[in-house]
Parts: sequence; C-alpha cells; structure tokens
Amino acid sequence: MNKVRWTFWVPLALFGAFIVLVGVQLFRPANDEVASAMIGKPLPEFDLRPASSTRPGLDTADLSDGTPKLLNIFASWCVPCAAEAPQLAELERAGANIVGVAVRDRPEDVAAFLSRYGNPYSRIGADDVSEVQLGIGSSGVPETFVVDGNGVITYQHIGDIRPEAVPLLLEKLREAGQ
Amino acid sequence: MIAEFGLAALWLAAALALLQLVAGVAVLKQGETASPAISALVRPSAAIQGVLAAVAFLALLVVFHQTDLSVKLVAENSHSDKPWIFKIAGAWGNHEGSMLLWVTIMSLAGALIALLERRLPEPTMIATLSAQAFTGLGFYAFLLFSSNPFERLAPPAPQGMGLNPLLQDIGLAFHPPTLYFGYVGLSIAFSFAVGALITRQVTPDFARAMRPWVLGAWIFLTLGITAGSYWAYYELGWGGWWFWDPVENASLMPWLAATALLHSASVLAARDALRAWTIMLGVVAFSMSMIGTFLVRSGILTSVHAFAVDPERGSFILALLAINIGGALTLFALRASTVAEGERFSVTSREGALVVNNVALSAILGIVLLGTLYPLLTEAFGVRVSVGPPYFNPVSAIFFLPMLLVLAVGPLLRWRQDSLGRVQKQVVLIAVVILAALAGVAFSTSIGILPLLGIALSLGIAVASFMPLIGRSILRVPLATWGMVVAHFGVAVALFGAACDSAFTQERLLAAQVGETTQLGPWTVTLEGVDPVAGPNWTAIEGRLSARYGDGRPTEITPQSRNFWTPPQETNEAALLTRWNGQLYAVIGEEGEDDRWQLRLWWKPFVTLIWYGGALISLGGLLALIGRVANDLRRRSVQRRGATRRGEQPS
Repeated sequence: MNKVRWTFWVPLALFGAFIVLVGVQLFRPANDEVASAMIGKPLPEFDLRPASSTRPGLDTADLSDGTPKLLNIFASWCVPCAAEAPQLAELERAGANIVGVAVRDRPEDVAAFLSRYGNPYSRIGADDVSEVQLGIGSSGVPETFVVDGNGVITYQHIGDIRPEAVPLLLEKLREAGQ
Repeated sequence: MIAEFGLAALWLAAALALLQLVAGVAVLKQGETASPAISALVRPSAAIQGVLAAVAFLALLVVFHQTDLSVKLVAENSHSDKPWIFKIAGAWGNHEGSMLLWVTIMSLAGALIALLERRLPEPTMIATLSAQAFTGLGFYAFLLFSSNPFERLAPPAPQGMGLNPLLQDIGLAFHPPTLYFGYVGLSIAFSFAVGALITRQVTPDFARAMRPWVLGAWIFLTLGITAGSYWAYYELGWGGWWFWDPVENASLMPWLAATALLHSASVLAARDALRAWTIMLGVVAFSMSMIGTFLVRSGILTSVHAFAVDPERGSFILALLAINIGGALTLFALRASTVAEGERFSVTSREGALVVNNVALSAILGIVLLGTLYPLLTEAFGVRVSVGPPYFNPVSAIFFLPMLLVLAVGPLLRWRQDSLGRVQKQVVLIAVVILAALAGVAFSTSIGILPLLGIALSLGIAVASFMPLIGRSILRVPLATWGMVVAHFGVAVALFGAACDSAFTQERLLAAQVGETTQLGPWTVTLEGVDPVAGPNWTAIEGRLSARYGDGRPTEITPQSRNFWTPPQETNEAALLTRWNGQLYAVIGEEGEDDRWQLRLWWKPFVTLIWYGGALISLGGLLALIGRVANDLRRRSVQRRGATRRGEQPS
C-alpha cells in the first residue's frame, strides 16, 4: 500500500518540475549568447560522406587548407534553416566560403531543400549521428561557426542568421584570416 | 455602448461563478446539515453564468461585425474593407477574443451539466460544479484584469490594422472554435474528476456520467485537429500535413489524453476497474489543454503560429496552471489511495487490451510533451536544441505500432478473462493480412520501414475493425459498437493515407516558361499561362496549368501567389486536383530569369485518406455519443414509468 501511495505523488512532482522550469524561463531575461567551450580550439577529427550528390563531403583537412570558412550546421527538417537561406546566399555573394553539415538528414531531403532554398555551400558533410555537431559544441540547428585557415574555431553564431548579423559574421571571418 | 454591455455581462458572469463556488463549498462543508436553500443556488448560478458569458461573447461579435473602431481590439485586428465573414472570425482570431471564447465555452459547458446531469449523487454534482466555477473564476480574472477584450480606444482609430492574411480563410475561421470546444469541453472531465475525488465517489455511474461529455469534447478535438492539419497542408504551401509544430502538439496532447480517458472510462463503466487511473486521466486531459494554451500564448516556445507574446500574460496563465493543475494533482495524491482499487482482471481480456492502449497513448503523450518542452529543458542548461520529425516519428512509432496491433485484437476479447484460443480464427486472419501486405509491398517497392509497417498494419486493422460485428445480427448491434467499428476503421484509413503519402509522394521543382510541359509520376503538366488577378483585398499572380492524368482529359488548375495590402504580406494559394487515388498539389512562386516561373508540383497518392480517416474517427465518436445518450434517455423513461406504476399501486 505504501508503494502505491508514493506513486500517486509522482504526477504532482513532475508537474512541479514543469512549473519551475517554465517559471525560470519566463522570468529570465532572454540571453542568446551562449559560447561554445570549443572556441579557440582546433576542430575534432572527422570525415563525413557527401550529404548530396552535387557537393563533395567534408573532413577536418578541408577546414585547415589555409582559407578561413563558415561552417553552417543545418538540416532540411529545420524551419529556421530555411529562414536563414537568403542570409547565407548574401554571405556567399560577399565572398565567404561556406561549408555545410547536414544533421540527421536524408540525401533526397537535402537535395530538395537545396533546390528550394539555394545552395551556398562548397562542401556538405552528412552528420548522421550528430557526431560532428556535438564534437564542435553545437547544441542545435541552425548554428554557424567561423573556422580559421588552420582548423581552429574562432567564433560561434547560435540560431538562424538574421540580416543584421551578416556584417558581423563577415567581420569575424576577416579577423580569422589575419 | 455594446462594448460596455458586453463587459458588464462578463463581470456579472464572474460574480455568479463566485456565488456558485461559495455556495457549493458551503454545502460541501456542512454536509448533511446543509440548508437546501443554499444548495439550490448552485445549479441556477451555473446556468445563468453560461447565458451571461454567451451574451458577452455575442457583444464582441457585434462590435467586430460593425467594425467599431473605438474598441481597441477591433482597431488592432480588423479592417472595414474585410469580407463580413472574416470580420466575425476576427473576433476570436486574437488573444483577448479567443480567451473570451474559452471562458464562454467553459461556462456554457458548466451550464449544460448543471441543467442536464442528474445521474450522480447530489454532493458529487455540487463538488463538480464548484470545481468548474473555481477553474472558471481564474479565467474570468485573467480576462477582466489582464486581457479585457472590450477596452476602448480614445480617440477612435481612423482605420483598422487588418488581420493576418494567412488567417483569411474560411476553414481557418472556424478551426479555432472547433478546437476550443474540444479543449474546454475537457474541463468537464476535469471538474468531474475533482468532484469525485472530493466526495470519494468513483463509481461506474461516475464513468457513465462523464463519458458523453468526454466523447463530445473528443469529437470536436478530432475534427479540429483533422481540419487544422488540412489547413496547414493547403495553406502553408509546403506540401506537408503534420509538422510537429508546438501549436500542433498543443492540440495533439489533449487528444491523446482524451482518447486514453475514453477507453479507460469504458473499463470503469463496464467493469468498475481502473478507478484511480481514470481520475488521473480526467485531470491530465484538461491539464494538457491548459498547458498547451500556455505554451502557445506565453510565446515561450517559438513557432510558425503567431500569437501575442507578453510575459505578464504568460505569468498570469502560469499562475492559473499552478493553482488548478497543482491543486487537482495534490487532491489526487491525497485521495487516490482511499479510492479502492476496483475489480481485478486477467491480461488476456478486453480490460487488458485497453490497459495496453492506455499505456501506449500515455507514453506517446509523454514523448510529444518531452519533445515539445525539450528546447526549454536544454535552454535551462544554457544550450538551444530543436527537435524535429527525426525524433518524433520513430520514437512515437515504438509505442504506436504495438498499440495498433492490440487495437486489431482487443475489441474481439471478452471482459474480465478470455483466451486467444477462442478468437484464434480471427487473429490468424488478421496476421495473414498483415504478413501478406508486408511481403507484397516489400517485394514490389523499396520504401522505408515505417511506411511499410504502416501500410501493412492499416490493412490488417481495416479488416479487424469489422470483426466485432461477426456473428451478430447487424440491425441489433448497439450504436456504441458501431461507433467503435467506424472509429477504428478510420484509424486504418488515416494510417494508410499517411503511410502512402510518406512512401510514394513524388515532387518536382522547376523554373518553367509558358508552354513548357513536365512529367510527374502519372501526370503530364503544362504551364499554359500566367495572369494577374485581383480579389477584395489582394492582388495575385495566377498560373494556369493544364494537368493530364495518364491519357485522360486535361484539367485546368490555378495556383496563386497572393499579395495582401493590409498588412502587406505574401501567401501562396496552392492548387489541388483531387482524384480518388490521390492529389496533385501545385504551387507557383516568383518569376525567375528569362520569363521562367518557379513551379512546385507534388503527386501525393492517397493523401486525402488522412483527413477522411480523421472524419471517420469523429463520426465513430458521434455514433457512440448518440448511442450512449439514447440509451440513457431510454433508461430514464423506463425508470419514470416504473416509478409512476409504483405510485399508482396502493402501498
């Protein structure tokens, strides 16, 4: 009987946890700047197969060839990723070299996504088990990292790229090249 | 004037809710010694409160219909040039108006149980009506103190600020009210559960009294979700029908809980088992409605659906949640162990199958809730994550697929105790259908594992759903059984549509010049021309496409890319061509280089079955509801006649 009584309190405990969680979120000032612990550190070793037939895959060596790059974490199933497509196109027009990592995605979905929203990427790796995503300290999609020519992460942008963030990313990319 | 009249009605309704609560609590406190004069106040208060809330809502409809721009809400959300039907729909297409609709439905529901429900012991009814008044008071306070829909604007605005053109759609105009009838209808189950806990009267009679109300709310929820899914499908222009968006999840979670509740209430009504569990689900179902509303309204989760983001309102609803749900769950924790456990049953029995159904539905509910809250959960630890279909689809399938197997067999089993041997023939037949479909589809196509299982199971369930009719005289089958058969068949139909859509959809994206022809599956589509067209408050580019299925005759379809001017916004109106075996879905986009137009075409075999299935599930619910209510009326009239006859005999 005691065991049964104890379980009757579980729903209330779960609900209490929910209220605390939501209450904390509700009253906390919005803070989007959460830095990855990986900033200033070299990328982990990885070698990803191509995520679509139109672009080659991505490995660590591609990111230490002397040219600073933007590393964009995206997925075809992610709505904000579609929203940031025009900004990525603008970055590409401004001369940024962008490589992509498609997280937990299927080739046909990636192809459909790229043909619908444009393809700013020079290389796209398929990250089927979020190995690279987690390895570089990204917690969600989309995120964009600035990687200098030696494979070291110098800057992290969390969430979709809004139009006003484009100059900042270009500036960070220029800094990484110096 | 009308606005002040509405506001006055709202205040009066709130005052009556307070009277209903105070009188109810007084009666419950005094128990046997309660004065009949006080307990006689409870039911009439509930009834008049319902009428007054309806009057307030009617007043809001009138000011919206007149486009009275001295009312702030009208100025912010309407426009004098809008078609009248959308003016009316504008009344609930915003935060304040939709909260008033919420309160109105809640008080009308309370009024209905006060007037109609006479089966339960009077103390339980008074406790139930007090609970309904308590929950209602919180929402009245929210409306009156923080979201007054009748607030005036001085001086009046010269013109309104329009309505989101995405919302100018006849289907959508009536979608929120349908869903709200479902969400808020569940408040009755919540109040019944609290009432039964207070008086410790968790009996089969209680389940029978609660069941029609849950069924009614569930029918509206099913219709609302089905219609909402179809709206997202044709209006958003993405070709998908379910996005696991927080707003969609907010409607799915109460539905899952209500579905579980319906089934467990059947066990309680028929066999007096699963008492505490049924009470728990009664509390959870409406809690999910409130949590969903909170998540959507507070802006705490970002979503494609736009609602006002306001931290003050967020904290108000959060406080309401904490008091109502927290209070009910505390009462549950304190009282549930005194509600005796109920009858025992063996695993292989109707009850056993229904327990599996309940566990699976609750697990899926947990999965959807966790996925919806996951971004919040990780954000609390400083990281941001979004989970999408790669999480929801496979993880919920883990529970959904076994549940479907049990759905096929469960209705064939007897109550209390049964053996699979007794229904051996039927079980073997179902298994043969499923395995044959699995083998047939797997050999002839190369589709994913989930769609494959979906198609096979849907065929198995389609056959199994009619088996409970075997050996019965069709005319004498109770309406409630027909309801079950039709609803389960609807599940099979919807599942077949969803699996086929996911497995066989073909998509074509092209930049076409006028006169260009393309092939898509069995279709030949030609872009015949592109013309400008104009509507009451929009202009559009309309593509004229001629579509031919196989060697059939060509049909013209006209997708549009619309530009609204108040406020300026662009929307895609997809053009749909429906055949018995699927839909051709066409969207026209922007003009590209060399006079080429972006066209997106999909051929979606059997996709319409998803919504036909949803409609069948609702129809099943309706049949069951009619059956139950008719039964109850018949029983009452027999009792009345019995009572009269006894009265005639000299004692």
